[in-house]
Amino acid sequence: MTRKLENIVIQTVSRLLAPFLQIYALYVIAHGHYSPGGGFQGGCILAASFILLVIAYDINAVKSRMSEKINTLYTGAGVFIYAGIGLLCLLLGANYLDYGILHKILPVGPVKARAMGTLGVEIGVGLAVMAVMVSIFLNIASGGRHEEGAVE
Amino acid sequence: MNIAEHAPILIIVLPLIVSLLNTAVGLWKRDLCYPIAVATLGVVVLLSFNIMGSVIDAGKIHYRLGGWAPPWGIEYVIDHLNAFIAIIVSFISFIVAIYSKRSIEQELTKSKIPYFYSIYLLLTTGLLGITVTGDVFNIYVFLEITSLAAYALIAIGDDRAAMASFNYVIMGTIGACFYLLGVGYLYIMTGTLNMADLSRLLPGLYNSTVILAAFAFFVVGIAIKIAFFPLHRWLPDAYTHAPSTVSALVASTMTKVGAYVMIRIMFTVFEPRFSTEILPMSEILGWAAFAAIIAGSVIALGQTDIKRMISYILVAEVGYIVMGVSIGNRTAFTGAVLHILNDAFMMACLFLVIGAVVYRTGTRNINDFNGLELNKKMPLTMAAFTAVALSMIGVPPTAGFFSKWYLVLGAVVAQKWIFAAALIFSSLVNAILFFRILEKIYFRAAAEHSYDDGHETIVRNEAPVSMLVPIYVMAAGILVLGFYSGDIISKVIQFTVPEGF
Amino acid sequence: MELIIAKYNYWIYIMLMMIGFYAMIAKKNLVKKLVGMNIFQTAIILFFVSTASKKGGATIPIIHKGQEIINPAHYMNPLPHVLMLTAIVVMVSTFGVALALAIMIYKKYKTLEEDEIIEILRNRR
Repeated sequence: MTRKLENIVIQTVSRLLAPFLQIYALYVIAHGHYSPGGGFQGGCILAASFILLVIAYDINAVKSRMSEKINTLYTGAGVFIYAGIGLLCLLLGANYLDYGILHKILPVGPVKARAMGTLGVEIGVGLAVMAVMVSIFLNIASGGRHEEGAVE
Repeated sequence: MNIAEHAPILIIVLPLIVSLLNTAVGLWKRDLCYPIAVATLGVVVLLSFNIMGSVIDAGKIHYRLGGWAPPWGIEYVIDHLNAFIAIIVSFISFIVAIYSKRSIEQELTKSKIPYFYSIYLLLTTGLLGITVTGDVFNIYVFLEITSLAAYALIAIGDDRAAMASFNYVIMGTIGACFYLLGVGYLYIMTGTLNMADLSRLLPGLYNSTVILAAFAFFVVGIAIKIAFFPLHRWLPDAYTHAPSTVSALVASTMTKVGAYVMIRIMFTVFEPRFSTEILPMSEILGWAAFAAIIAGSVIALGQTDIKRMISYILVAEVGYIVMGVSIGNRTAFTGAVLHILNDAFMMACLFLVIGAVVYRTGTRNINDFNGLELNKKMPLTMAAFTAVALSMIGVPPTAGFFSKWYLVLGAVVAQKWIFAAALIFSSLVNAILFFRILEKIYFRAAAEHSYDDGHETIVRNEAPVSMLVPIYVMAAGILVLGFYSGDIISKVIQFTVPEGF
Repeated sequence: MELIIAKYNYWIYIMLMMIGFYAMIAKKNLVKKLVGMNIFQTAIILFFVSTASKKGGATIPIIHKGQEIINPAHYMNPLPHVLMLTAIVVMVSTFGVALALAIMIYKKYKTLEEDEIIEILRNRR
């Protein structure tokens, strides 16, 4: 009886906590380009919110929201954003990752464009890190099988 | 956008992007992954030849990442040596990728094939990254990308691959961490990570013990990564149990790129006189290389698994390269750099041939070759094998002869007779090893056959064309490189010799 | 003695590194080896980060709006921190790969003790 009650407490608390964790993660990602924070840290926090759900419920609770397929796509998309912004700089005529040149397509000056470019990269990195962390955790927690009900 | 100008970054970014696209494409259409990977690597080969062209025409290329000036930003610096290694790496990974289709379909379940190609491309990304970068910390990052990809690729091999790969993880991590510590010590003393900047700042600090410690950490870390003799234990296991395609790629490129890092650290970041006069590192490396050559060759004699035998020969070959570097004169260094090229081709070709044999017969045991009549079943593959075997022994017009010739000549010029003797000894052992196999393939079968009634006809069971063509490209490459080795030396290698030799 | 106190950060890192190194080499259990590997890498991260700090209350390099005069002595060196961020990423992925391998090994041999695995492999031969 107490066990069940504990379960309810844990599940409710982590369910309530998850959105706040995710907002905080987005805050960390969004501030990465001019203060401590950034894509990797934010992505890790974002992944932690999902891992919290796995621990409180089971793997299926997370898998119904983020299947392996979507995870793979997120990873690809994240790295693609990062490398794509770099290539965009190439196409616009500057060196790889020279964000200053992005002012040609953004409505801001070169200095601001550099910050914007970094922000874009941080978003890509955050997405990729989140997806990779979740898929590492899911794979290892389920022993590579993925179908198991709960984490033991 | 001028492609030639941006080629140094494109050869890294292209495989990186495509490798991740491949996983996404694989979810949708699995069969597309192979052509996409091969096409990408083809483009990378063209780009690296382009880089080589511009280096020969105009000298060093500098590429600033993100437009930041060198000591602060990461800079890619490409001279003759980088471009040379980049061509080797990209060309071999291109050829092996073509080869991989059939053998990987046999060794892996279908749903994993897209992941295989994406890790394969990541491995190429890492290797090319190591070769083009001019920043010591960046080398560490790419070294780890390469190693991580290699751990994963090796683990898909046969029954015991997981354990071999696990040992490789432990050893590889120690090696990388030692390298990282070396970087840290240099950074404490100089405050910079750029190679050109380091080589400018370091000569004033040569007597500091911190610098000595950093150098020692670098050498030991890289020695683990290239499986230099006393630290070689992970290599034979890992390369024997890996899938044959992966063995071919990893054996021919990873140790060579590691040797390149060693040359860079010893002769670009530090001056050549540091490792000869201030610290007797050349002497130590020379004797360790001597031990590597002898031990690698002798242990190879006792092996029955052909892949394990070649892995031990690879340990000896790494000894060749390090010995050439450590002797420290122009001829020996030329031999070492030439041997990086030749050995990459020979190792790739050997593992590809063995992969084809395993694909058709399923055995790697040398003693099993007796009754297989491989010379009738797979005559074309065996002809290629003969060419590589001659090159490994060092029979002239093949490529293997020329690099060994320069190495022995360098040892003689330096009056290190015992090193020359070790090189010749190893060649003789190679002769024993390969003639033993050739005998089993060509002569033993015929002898046994005469006792038979002679009725059963042997079905020709040649390797598929997608395997045969890469094998022949490599085998032809060995002969062509032999004929043109003079040109390669005069156009490229002579510029890689560091000043002061 | 003075040497130890003045450079205590280096001594701590060396001690941690040796603990990790010992675990990697001498422990028979594969997961213990991995824990040793983590300690080893963390020691190096500690070493790098400790080189970044400066005496006299230096803080993180955030420049406030309107601040014109910047004295480098007031700020820590951010570069080692950034380098270590990269190293942490590498560490995480190495650990992920190694754990996956450990699972693979466990599935195959039903044990994670190295000597038992060697025994199994020897018997199979």
